[in-house]
This record gives sequence, structure tokens and C-alpha cells, in this order.
Amino acid sequence: MRPTDLLCITPAGLHCPQGDFHIDPVRPVPRALITHGHSDHARAGHGAVLATEETLAIMALRYGEGFAGATQTAPLGRPITLGGVTVAFRPAGHVLGSAQIAVEAGGCRIVASGDYKRSADPTCRPFEPVPCDVFITEATFGLPVFRHPDVRGEIGKLLASVRLFPDRAHLVGAYALGKAQRLIALVREAGYEEPVYIHGALEKLTDYYLSRRIRLGEIRKVSAAQRSELAGAIVLCPPSSLQDVWSRRFPDPVTAFASGWMRVRARARQKGVELPLVVSDHSDWDDLCRTITEVGASEVWVTHGQEDALVHWCRLQGLRAKPLHMIGYGDDEEAAAGDVDPGAAGAPPA
Amino acid sequence: MNRFAALLDRLAYEPRRNAKLRLLADFFRTSPDPERGYALAAMTGSLAFSAAKPGLIRALIAERTDPVLFGLSYDHVGDLSETAALMWPAPPQALDDPTPSLSEVVETLASLGRADLPKRLANWLDLLDETGRWALLKLITGGLRIGVSARLAKTAVASLGGMDADEIEHVWHGLEPPYVPLFAWVEGRGPRPSAIDPAPFRPVMLAHAVENRDFETLDPARFSAEWKWDGIRVQVVSATDEEGHVRTRLYSRTGEEISKSFPDLCEALSGIEAAVDGELLVVKDGRVQSFNLLQQRLNRANVTAKTILEFPVAVRAYDLLTENGEDLRPLPFAERRARLERFVARIDRERLELSPVVPFATWEELAAARAAPFEAGASLDADAVEGVMLKRRDSAYLPGRPKGLWYKWKRDPHRVDAVLMYAQRGHGKRSSFYSDYTFGVWRAGPAGAELVPVGKAYFGFTDEELVRIDRFVRKHTINRFGPVREVVHEPHAGLVVEVAFEGLARSTRHKSGVAMRFPRISRLRWDKPPVEADRMETLEALLRDERTEAARGA
Ligand SMILES: [Zn+2]
Ligand SMILES: [Zn+2]
Repeated sequence: MRPTDLLCITPAGLHCPQGDFHIDPVRPVPRALITHGHSDHARAGHGAVLATEETLAIMALRYGEGFAGATQTAPLGRPITLGGVTVAFRPAGHVLGSAQIAVEAGGCRIVASGDYKRSADPTCRPFEPVPCDVFITEATFGLPVFRHPDVRGEIGKLLASVRLFPDRAHLVGAYALGKAQRLIALVREAGYEEPVYIHGALEKLTDYYLSRRIRLGEIRKVSAAQRSELAGAIVLCPPSSLQDVWSRRFPDPVTAFASGWMRVRARARQKGVELPLVVSDHSDWDDLCRTITEVGASEVWVTHGQEDALVHWCRLQGLRAKPLHMIGYGDDEEAAAGDVDPGAAGAPPA
Repeated sequence: MNRFAALLDRLAYEPRRNAKLRLLADFFRTSPDPERGYALAAMTGSLAFSAAKPGLIRALIAERTDPVLFGLSYDHVGDLSETAALMWPAPPQALDDPTPSLSEVVETLASLGRADLPKRLANWLDLLDETGRWALLKLITGGLRIGVSARLAKTAVASLGGMDADEIEHVWHGLEPPYVPLFAWVEGRGPRPSAIDPAPFRPVMLAHAVENRDFETLDPARFSAEWKWDGIRVQVVSATDEEGHVRTRLYSRTGEEISKSFPDLCEALSGIEAAVDGELLVVKDGRVQSFNLLQQRLNRANVTAKTILEFPVAVRAYDLLTENGEDLRPLPFAERRARLERFVARIDRERLELSPVVPFATWEELAAARAAPFEAGASLDADAVEGVMLKRRDSAYLPGRPKGLWYKWKRDPHRVDAVLMYAQRGHGKRSSFYSDYTFGVWRAGPAGAELVPVGKAYFGFTDEELVRIDRFVRKHTINRFGPVREVVHEPHAGLVVEVAFEGLARSTRHKSGVAMRFPRISRLRWDKPPVEADRMETLEALLRDERTEAARGA
């Protein structure tokens, strides 16, 4: 079977005609397989959803219990057959519950990797390379200038600043799903034992992580009354809150932002960030290249991001490669205003 | 080098003065000699390299990367040094060499032959992290911008020993990088550096722009007036040190030493045993020449005998700060002025002239003099009069811009010093230049002073100036938005432009709330740090004055 017969591109996203399902569709479809809970991949309104237990739970938290007509849990690593097509969910190392989806029929295996990373993350299961014929990858950081440094060094910068400025609150902008919890886990690994404060918009997901027995130490919610007393504290909030009135009531805040984009100075300046932290939940250039080599695919499809550079690199390696120019996949590292967890919209401003 | 680079990186994003001070003090406290001394040298402009050209960086990175990937990356990042620093591939096997320190870089570059540079540079780049590579490449190409002034760096060093920056200024000019004795003294481990500078810089006293409504409350009898000359405010100091050597130095108003550009003037004023505050002007045949001629001298990299002859400079003295070692700054202005007059007459040097006072009894008389300087005594120099200065007769000479003592009353109020913020490519024959400029003035923001754009200008500069601004824009781009480049505009880094305009009006369409009529660039102020550009309050006051005048006219 030709790969393009197994999976093809439709306006709704990646489609498997034989198995009659879509992967991470951007519009409502009868049957959707979801890689992970980020809102550009996991949308409400599908007929049936197949995803990991955690991803289903995260979708329910964000959209309410009735987010799909029916749901089915996909156990990691155990193959499921859909209309003669075998699908298997394997860990992607991106956020809690994130998975790659291997689709196989007629002797052809395609892995749709969703979003993935290779660096250490105490809050989710690490990426597993799955040998395949075609590897579908994103390329958010698909330029050789994006090489994420060791996260411990970045966390060290944050903690050094907290020590040097004990009279200033440290506001860290971080995406509500994954990045925020990973940062908390990382400061704990670095030996930080003070309570970590979180914005109301991060509550539900952080509570969910805690319910999954992920150790995050003492977490406190920021309530309006306390804000002026949070000198020297680490406060996590959605990136859009950094520019809000919300941030102004903290004592002389240091605004930090954790994202792979912080690697490029002009980008960090544009955001008005004072303490850029290069911490990403996506693969950097080296890891994209390494992963493509490890899975042994002879063909690579690049969904979105810096497709040109990655496709060029693949061709230099003698691999067939093409950009899919898929639209609708935002960039959870950017997390611009309005990209807040939709589930938090009704939450009281905290 | 990595630590120094990390400090620079952090400083670049930190807008608050006090926070910068703490970052600097922390670095100086925890870094060893001579590393911190070379860092101090880099911050005070005592470390200048142009060891490598951008071409060398291109060549090194081209050897190691695919040209298509480099092109895409450079497009994305927009800065050559940064692109190379980020893309630089990790060496095939881990190297055992220690990470190069700033000291090693500085000391090696001092003796390294040009032919050995590429190999050595590549080795350093292999050993450094991304930020370290970025700082190294910026440093050796002469493109390192540090978001702190020399004064702030000295203040941070002084704070290690609970001292004041002035105490550092006093010994500064006798010292050289890496300043080991200085740190030893400040930290109480060594004696005060003996080579006490006999000719240190003394912080300058500045004036507020006068507003029409001020005249209702100010008493003319308490003020003295003098011409405000259209030149460059300087401080010239000459004195003899303990060993009998005469030191003569010329400073800009920010304390930068500019003696090297004016060796003729320093020689002419050697041995005056005084510190004089005045205006640097080109004076030919006893007549003050236009500011443009002075700029000719400022912009020269090296001073030739021909330039000296062609553009002879002199100082018009406004004030006397010290005389024969006596500090006159606490004295009232009237007393200092009397001392200045006697001093200028006594030393009788051709290059040091007294700036005349403008006699007046009422504000109306002074307004008339300001409107017609030729008739009011400036005679043939009238074109070089920019306005009048009002100094309260009892004012001591205080650093900074104290309130209520000194005022400047410009002849043409429709001129402000603004900071270049954005530049856009022009049209037609100018399409290859960045010739459309957006400029801003300071206002109070939530995180301290910030620049707010107040207008756009497309003309007013010469072709030669256009080339220089264009070069500045390309070298100091921090951001690109399509055809627009954002250029650096920080308190101590950026380009100040004098903007002339026909009028001012309230506007809801502009972020600043004001709109200028026919703004044009009337002058480039390469000599002025952005922090000294005008503030929104000046425009607000002008707007008020304009409305009162309009109301009167109606
Ligand atoms: Zn994602
Ligand atoms: Zn995504």
C-alpha cells in the first residue's frame, strides 16, 4: 500500500480512508484519534474520540464531559484495529498523556508524532522511537538556530534571579497544559522548596496533574489579597497575563517567559520579557534530526512550523520529504493572548 | 566569558536602573580578578576591538553549515553574530580545554597575529555556550552594546565598599584595565590607588526647559542670563598631579573623555589648573561657525593637521568648577561667575573665551534679547545662539537637573531632542536607504521611563547624514517588521535626533496624544545619550503654551 493511500490530507486534517478516522482534526469529524490535549490538536465536537486516558480527561476538563459523542481509551502500546487498519498509541514525551499514533496496513507503517520532545520531563512518559516507513513530524523549531539548552541551566537562571531579587515577585508566563507543571517539577528538582503560586487559569490542569500523583510540592493559588505580599515568590501564569493589569499588582515584578522562542533575542525583546527562559516542550533542531534518523523512515512529512529547513535537511540525507502545509495547528510555545485554556474562561479572575 | 555573557544578556532585558545596579554589583562581588576588571573595562568603553570583520564570521560559519540552512536561519534571526552563535555546531568530541575567560580573550587578542585569529576564534567558539559565543562575536567585531552607562558600572563597583561613584571618578583616570588595585581598595584590602587623577570629571549641572507659566512666578531679579550656544557642552580640566605632570582632559557632558578628538584644544588649555564648564564651538577669525562644521570634527576617526587647521575649536566658558584645587561648586552662581571672569582674564588663552551675560531687568527685555540676539550683544555670532540660559544667582553647582535653579529658554521652541525608534526604507532613489524615521520622547511608564513615538520624519538631513543614519540603522536593528526595522533605543544606547516642527496639536490617533506639524530632522546628536532626550512633559507644556497663545490671539 502506498503511504498516501493509507493517510491523506483533507481540509479537516490527516485522514485514513480505510480506517475511516482522522488524526487531530481541526473540524468536527465522525471519528477522531487525538495525540494530546493542547487545544489545537484536541477540539470538541467530534462524533467519537480515541485517545489516551489522560488526554480524554484533559479534554473533559477543558470542554466539559460532553465534548464528544463517545470516547474510547487507547492504552499505550496496545494495538487496536479499525476497519483493517492497526493503530497503536506510543508515548511522545510532550505533555501528560501525549502520544504518537502509529497507523499500519498493507505492510506500510506511518507514525504521526503529534508534538514531541526528547529532553527530560518529570511530568510525562518519555518519547519512544517507533520504526516506520513514513514519519510525520512538526517543525516548530525546525531551524538549526534552535538548540534548546539544558533545562537545568535555565531553571538555575530563574532561581538565581529569585535569590538576587528577594523583594521582587517572579512572574513566569507558561502554557497552562504541560509547560506550567513541568516548570514546577523542574524547580523542585533543583531543590526549591518554597510554595509555588499559580494563576487561576492554571488551577484545573495543575490539580489534574496532582491527581495523577505527579509530585509538584506545595502549590498555592494567587488570590487578589495576597498579590502585594508575594515579594520573592515564583508565580506561574498564562503568558497573556504578563502584560495584563493582573501582573501590575505584584511587588516590582520580574517578568519571565518559558518558551523555545526565547532563544532568539529579537523575539524575546518583542515580548517585553525581562527574564527569557529557553524551556520548550517541542524538539529542537538537533532532536528533530536525531529522531528522524532513529525511526529509520525513508520518507518524512512535515506538518507545520519551519518546514522548508527540515525538508531541505531530509533531502540532504537522501530521504524523501515533503511539507504538508497544514493549517490550524497553532503554536503552544507562542501562546499569544487569547490562547488561554478555554476551560478557564469562566473562572473568576484570580 | 560565559558568566560575563550571561550578565550582558540579563542586562539587555532589564529596564530598571536599580535592578541593573544589583546585577552588576552581584557580578563584581562574585567574579575574580582580573575577569571583573576586564568586564568593567568593557562597560566603561576602555576596551575597544575591531579584531574581526563580519566577513570572518561568515567564512567560519560557512565552513561548518549548509548554505541553505544558514540563509534560512539568518533570515529568521536577523543578526549575523547571533545566527552564527546559535548555529555553531558542537565539536565532534568534547574538548578538554577550559572555557575561555574574558581575560584570556582580551589578553590573547592583544598579542595575536591576524593570521592566527580564525583558528583561535573557532576554538573559543567550540568551547563557549550560545550566549558566550554571541558575546564573544559581538565583542571582537566591535558591536557589543551594553545597556549600562560607564557611570552606572562605576556606581556598582563603588557599592562593593559602600562608596560613592564620585570617589571612583577621582582615581579613575590613573587606572587601567583590569583595575586590580581599584577593586582591592574598594573592598578594603588595599590602599587608595596612588595615581590620583588630578583632572577628574565632575558631573554636570543641567537645566529645565522653561514654560510660559514659569514667568508668572519667577523673579527676574534673582536670575542671571547668558547665551545658550549651539555647540557641544563640555568640561575642560587641567591640573598637575603629585609627580608634577600636567593632565589636561576634555569631557563630554556625560563624562566621556573626548580629549583624543581635540588634541589641539587640550594643548592650548594645558596648565590652566581649573575645571571649566563651557560650550565647544568652531571659532574661525573670531566668529562662531555653524554646528555642522563642529560635526565635521567630531566624526573623524583620526585627527589630522588639516582638520585642526580647517576647523579650529575653542571653548566659551559658562562656569568655573575648580580653580587651583579649590572646589568652587558650593559657591553661589554669582560668585562663581565673578571668579570665572577674573580667571579667564588672568590666564588669557586664545581658545578660552568668556561666554557673555545678557543684561535684562524684566522678562519682556529678555524675551526681546532672545528674539534678536544680534542687537542684544551677540552681534556676528547671533546665528550660533540657540536661546538663553537662566541661572539663579544663588545656585550652587549641583549634579543632575535640580528643580527651580537653571532654565533653558530656546529661541525656537519647536525643536525637541527625540530618540530614533524605527526606520523604514524610502521611495524612489532612496529606496535602498532607511530614510523614514519614527522617533520618540520619554515618558513615565509602569516600569520606569519609556519612549513613546511622537512623529515621523523623512527629510531635513543631508545625503551624507542619510548614509550614516542608514548604517546606524542596519548595525543596531533589534527587530524587523516587514520593511520596518526597530533600532536600539535605550537610555544609553541609541541615536538622538533634533526634530524641528511647525506646530503641535492634540491627537487621539497617536499613542502619545500629540501630533507634530511638518516634523523634520534638523540635526543628528551623535554626542547625546538617549537618556538626555526630551520628555513628553516638554511637549505637553508646549501644547499648553500654544493654546494660551492661540486664545490670546483670538
Ligand atoms: Zn502540543
Ligand atoms: Zn501543536
